[in-house]
Amino acid sequence: MMKNLIRPALTLFVVLSVITGVLYPAAITGVAQVVFPDQANGSLIQRQGQVVGSSLIGQSFSGPGYFWGRPSATGPVPNNAAASSGSNYGPQHPALAEAVKARIEAMRVAHPDQAGPVPAELVTSSASGLDPHISPAAAYYQIGRVAKARGLKPEDVQRLVDAHTEYPSWRIFGDRTVNVLKLNMALNAQGRV
Amino acid sequence: MNQSAVVQTGLYLLVLLTLAWPLGRYLAALMSGGLAQRLGWMGKVDRGLMKLIGANGEEDMPWWRYAAAIVLFNLAGLLAVYLLQRLQLSLPFNPAGMPNVEAASAFNTAVSFVTNTNWQGYVGEATMSYLTQMLALTVQNFLSAATGIAVVVALVRGFARKHAQGLGNAWLDLSRATVWLLLPLASLFAVFLVGQGVIQNFSPYVEAQLVEPVSYQVAKTDEAGKPLVDAQGAAVMETVTVRTQTLAMGPVASQEAIKLLGTNGGGFFNANSAHPYENPTGASNFLQMLSILLIPAALCFMFGRMVGDVRQGVVVLASMTLIFVAMVAVVVWAESHANPLLVQLGMDAGLGNMEGKETRFGIVASSLFAVITTAASCGAVNTMHDSLMPLAGGVTTWLMQLGEVVFGGVGSGLYGMLLFAMLAVFLAGLMIGRTPEYLGKKIESFEMKMVSIAILITPLLVLGGTAVAVLLPQALTSLWNPGAHGFSEALYAFSSAANNNGSAFAGLSANTPYYNLALGLAMWFGRFGVLIPVLAIAGSLARKPRLAVSVGTMPTHGPLFVVLLVGTVLIVGALTYIPALALGPVVDHLQLFAGQGG
Repeated sequence: MMKNLIRPALTLFVVLSVITGVLYPAAITGVAQVVFPDQANGSLIQRQGQVVGSSLIGQSFSGPGYFWGRPSATGPVPNNAAASSGSNYGPQHPALAEAVKARIEAMRVAHPDQAGPVPAELVTSSASGLDPHISPAAAYYQIGRVAKARGLKPEDVQRLVDAHTEYPSWRIFGDRTVNVLKLNMALNAQGRV
Repeated sequence: MNQSAVVQTGLYLLVLLTLAWPLGRYLAALMSGGLAQRLGWMGKVDRGLMKLIGANGEEDMPWWRYAAAIVLFNLAGLLAVYLLQRLQLSLPFNPAGMPNVEAASAFNTAVSFVTNTNWQGYVGEATMSYLTQMLALTVQNFLSAATGIAVVVALVRGFARKHAQGLGNAWLDLSRATVWLLLPLASLFAVFLVGQGVIQNFSPYVEAQLVEPVSYQVAKTDEAGKPLVDAQGAAVMETVTVRTQTLAMGPVASQEAIKLLGTNGGGFFNANSAHPYENPTGASNFLQMLSILLIPAALCFMFGRMVGDVRQGVVVLASMTLIFVAMVAVVVWAESHANPLLVQLGMDAGLGNMEGKETRFGIVASSLFAVITTAASCGAVNTMHDSLMPLAGGVTTWLMQLGEVVFGGVGSGLYGMLLFAMLAVFLAGLMIGRTPEYLGKKIESFEMKMVSIAILITPLLVLGGTAVAVLLPQALTSLWNPGAHGFSEALYAFSSAANNNGSAFAGLSANTPYYNLALGLAMWFGRFGVLIPVLAIAGSLARKPRLAVSVGTMPTHGPLFVVLLVGTVLIVGALTYIPALALGPVVDHLQLFAGQGG
């Protein structure tokens, strides 16, 4: 009873595998590389012929002259783009409160000009560990420190932040964001560190 | 719900239903064969394909031959996915030199992708070669979805036909669903995703020179790799500075598109749809959410057309939508509240629960995605479910436990919901003392036995599997979070596997022999333990006459039946799972907000 089912099962599997597993990805790659070559290859940012990162992938910053992004839970190095990961801490995991406490303390030390609560994205780790964005509020929080370290006027730094604020797609979906890497590169382009 | 949540959810449902209607018409024409008759070239391709594989495309298969064909086709897939992982180092398209995957993990992944679960015990970008991603995983993303569509179409034919022996031709159904539905939709969607920034290439991983070098602490080890300790017994740390960032590459968009359209959910990368290379913008996120529920919603309209009464499909769809909206409201509400323990420490509460979320999506689009992916048996995630607030985590767990019938998986969601519809008419029939009928078919003892098997097998796997997991010492070490939340991790894992969802409370170390085998078995029986009874019901229904509507017929096309159907789903789900949920998410919530007045 099964005899005339086995051969079609195997051959149909092989034929559909070739179509969906070889021809389809190859065709999409071909179209993508022609129509959207920049995006298809990772939205890479180049400086003097060298890749310095991707506008979609966050990098870690800790110097006082830079804006800081989301904490990253990837291992061993934060923002490891070859092993994405979140912290997976449940709300009551003791290590979560411990980590957030340390980050809040560090934020308060680094930003003596800010008295209020610390923006949530600066002290909680992102889902991918590669989040390239923070909210405009989290960027504003850091303006005083960055301006002081670079010897710039806070108004000028604020203008730069505003210029780098991105709106949600079609103004509806998602939240307003600031791309930390792009903002920091714009700061560097102004010359003073 | 806040304004943004209402706008995003409302717009989402509007666009979804608007697109599902024409797609449902297309599906009905495609799967009934009407389209191939009208379009000669399409019929020619179909016939050519049947000739190529040596099958008789005209054969009208009785249910057991249909079931055997589906199982054999899936066994071929199981073997292929297993072998490709085990041999990937010797095969081409492995620029990162990924080693062969270990046996238990390869078994788990093979079952996972064949059963449309796409549970992932492995880290994609650090485990799979490009060839494995494409020829093993992308292929199963298509074929497991096609399997679901074929089976639901066979069940719908069971209702629509009278005095018939056959349910249609499995080979033709599988190939039509793949070639004429999934492939064109996925191609369009993949190109759109690349436009938004999803990568699609075969390049080796890229080394970027960091703008600012990063220093971090690691435990120092001796030559044997053992961690060094100082005189006090504390680990010796050393500072490492890195100047580069390795960017993982690959053919992502092609897999991403079908991952969502086929309610598969297995990400190319570990972080899944939270990874900026899988889901870079708010727009890509919206389209991803749409594509998860698109085919499950369209199948409801197809069902209505094929049984000759569109209202029957609308009733099923309305029931799904009602449960869905209620769950969205709870999750958005829960996630909008920041973790009170962190607010106490001085964190701003305005944004809500941002641990494990991406800034570009924010609370609303993350919460909506979490509900959509667990309502459907998709399992893609754009937020880390382990870090959801306890009640939100509880709702997503419960949505899976309901049997993945709130939209559910491609095909499997609708056939699961139709099982509940038969249960609902049976219960109503008992209450009013009439022989239950659904769509003119008498629901008798054989059907009810099969419905019971199909509805009870997943609770058995979920609750049994969880119970064993919390008793076995070697399984307990896999838990990442302590206390009630750790129990939730194990419960979530078995709920996800047995219902073929595939998302995880990802803190759980699932890549262990116990979890690889136990979850592998849960996925297999959760899929085929439902699918085969469904086909048996279809075979039995097809043989029966279709009774004409009389004054004694309970109508199943109006709001009353929506209430009955929603009630049946929720009552079965509540009676089965509330005790287990009370031990996990509910305790977790009460502890978290104890003394907070919340």
